[in-house]
Amino acid sequence: MKQFLTVLLAMCIPVVASAAGGGGGNLDSMEPDLGDKASLQRGAQIFTNYCMGCHSAQYQRYKRSAKDLGIPKELYEQNLIFTDARIGELMHNAMPDEQAASWFGNAPPDLTLTARVNGPDWLYSYLRAFYKDESRPLGVNNSVFENVGMPHVMVNQGGLCAEPPHFGQDPKVDPSTGEVVGDEACEEWAIEGSMDPEEFDRAMYDLTNFLVYLGEPALMDRKRIGVYVLIFIGVFFIFAYLLNREYWKDIH
Amino acid sequence: MSKLLKWVDDRLPVVDAFERHMSKYYAPKNFNIWYVFGVLSMLVLVNQLLTGIWLTMMYTPTAEDAFASVEYIMRDVNYGWLLRYMHSTGASMFFIVVYLHMFRGLMYGSYQKPRELIWIFGMAIYLILMAEAFMGYVLPWGQMSYWGAQVIINLFSAIPGIGEDLALWIRGDYLISGATLHRFFALHVVAMPMVLIGLVILHILALHEVGSNNPDGIDIKKNKDANGIPKDGIPFHPYYTVHDLVPIAVFFAVFAIVVFYFPEMGGYFIEKPNFQHADPLQTPDHIAPVWYFTPFYAMLRAITFNLFGLSSQFWGVVVMGAAIAILFILPWLDRSPVRSMRYKGWFSRCALALFAASFVMLGYLGAEPATPIKTMLAQIGTAIYFGFFILMPFYTRIESTKPVPERVTTK
Repeated sequence: MKQFLTVLLAMCIPVVASAAGGGGGNLDSMEPDLGDKASLQRGAQIFTNYCMGCHSAQYQRYKRSAKDLGIPKELYEQNLIFTDARIGELMHNAMPDEQAASWFGNAPPDLTLTARVNGPDWLYSYLRAFYKDESRPLGVNNSVFENVGMPHVMVNQGGLCAEPPHFGQDPKVDPSTGEVVGDEACEEWAIEGSMDPEEFDRAMYDLTNFLVYLGEPALMDRKRIGVYVLIFIGVFFIFAYLLNREYWKDIH
Repeated sequence: MSKLLKWVDDRLPVVDAFERHMSKYYAPKNFNIWYVFGVLSMLVLVNQLLTGIWLTMMYTPTAEDAFASVEYIMRDVNYGWLLRYMHSTGASMFFIVVYLHMFRGLMYGSYQKPRELIWIFGMAIYLILMAEAFMGYVLPWGQMSYWGAQVIINLFSAIPGIGEDLALWIRGDYLISGATLHRFFALHVVAMPMVLIGLVILHILALHEVGSNNPDGIDIKKNKDANGIPKDGIPFHPYYTVHDLVPIAVFFAVFAIVVFYFPEMGGYFIEKPNFQHADPLQTPDHIAPVWYFTPFYAMLRAITFNLFGLSSQFWGVVVMGAAIAILFILPWLDRSPVRSMRYKGWFSRCALALFAASFVMLGYLGAEPATPIKTMLAQIGTAIYFGFFILMPFYTRIESTKPVPERVTTK
């Protein structure tokens, strides 16, 4: 039995060990917390107000977001659906791809799964990485995604850094309290935002948190269900073990 | 015997079949933990078939809708995410248990006479499993599905003369398209599973004809009691059916931990670019096959030089094909008088250890972007891989072996 466990564990070690080794070097770390409904709701609000003008989330239904985030349907319909879509529909946006491509160089990508492709650290850093760069058509560049076509949508709130912001020193969000502790990503501001940097970091944390949820709504359930499944398997193991001992006691 | 059973048994030999394969199939009593992976692969096969049937009910095999239908399963279908993760985790687990099952065979000489056919059926299962897994990975129609298929199918076009036409025939189009997806769907859900089930039945029938090997590599049928029952044998049912339940529970626990807590396994079971819709115009930075193909992919890339006027790409494909083909003739390469590593000499033991290590190393290298040093390591790994087989007739014959005991040893 012990031998078997050792074999199984040995199988997993190289996979987990090398998996942990991945990830970019210069990013701020972001620990999502899908249990924090208030954060997810604020994130959904920012997403609808600032992202969905250009980006869609075409694999997710409004209804599902409303249910998982604990927002009553009527409230969601009145405040968080800007197209003429009904709550049961997919989260499309109104911008035609062809026109968007001619405006920005590329059509803005769908964001349903962006957190699964890029990961929360990348998103949290990217959203805070805009800086002033007159050589670009829109006057802004991004230190995480060089020469990105996207403008700095929340420049009025977050301000614009004068130099490329740098990341990856200390975690900017305390995982235990969820609070933001200081910000040194940008040292000199070209434009001051209406939010102070800590407030803006918090807002981007909420937005990233929502994007993580959006990438995999099942994440809300699966870890909880997993506990019950493992308890069941544990009980099954005890019976299997005892049954085996009973049958094999006379085999020598 | 109940009346119903008797009625059926008069018309169909159910009792006889049960006795032949379960209650009167005598298996050596000294099986160790390595003998569980056969049962586990059967278990994963059942998991794949069942979850696969339900996924098929919700999946749409067209280039336009495939990706969206997978997300539909993940979001709108009740417990669809569970079905999908069980299926994707099952694919990787299938290869883990099959690789360990094959390693067991190598360790205890389970391929030696009279079990050559069992080994060959097993190798055929492995081959079909690779085709099945490859086509299954294309179905979600993500970036890695698309570009992985592109790389693999292009291998066929390296064959001189017929290559281009062959690749065209496989794709059903001039590039990977909805036509390719649709035929892969048909092959993945109908053709390959049927062949797989047929081969599994042959694998087990052939096994039950000659009987199971054991960690000592002893023929237990040589020592029978007055009733003609092997002295070292015990009925498979109930002893091993009950015995296997314990590791099965442990396996379920590992499986559940992956499904519920690490379904992507850090990008090894589900690669991150596969959450992006397939885009024929945008090549991903780094195309790596799923982990279970990486050893062979590393061997393919290890061949960097042209030879006899033929391209390195062609020789890479030849080496990759040969790496799998050579496994089929293994039963005739081993000339040792004993089966088990327990009684083989140090030469065989070191060769096996070196072989296993090089296989794991190749697996790692195949997932990494190629650099000169990594390519060199892959070349060394490839040489060891083939050396293990090609030199086997010599080192198994010249080394001195230990005497094999009359009866099986138990702790």
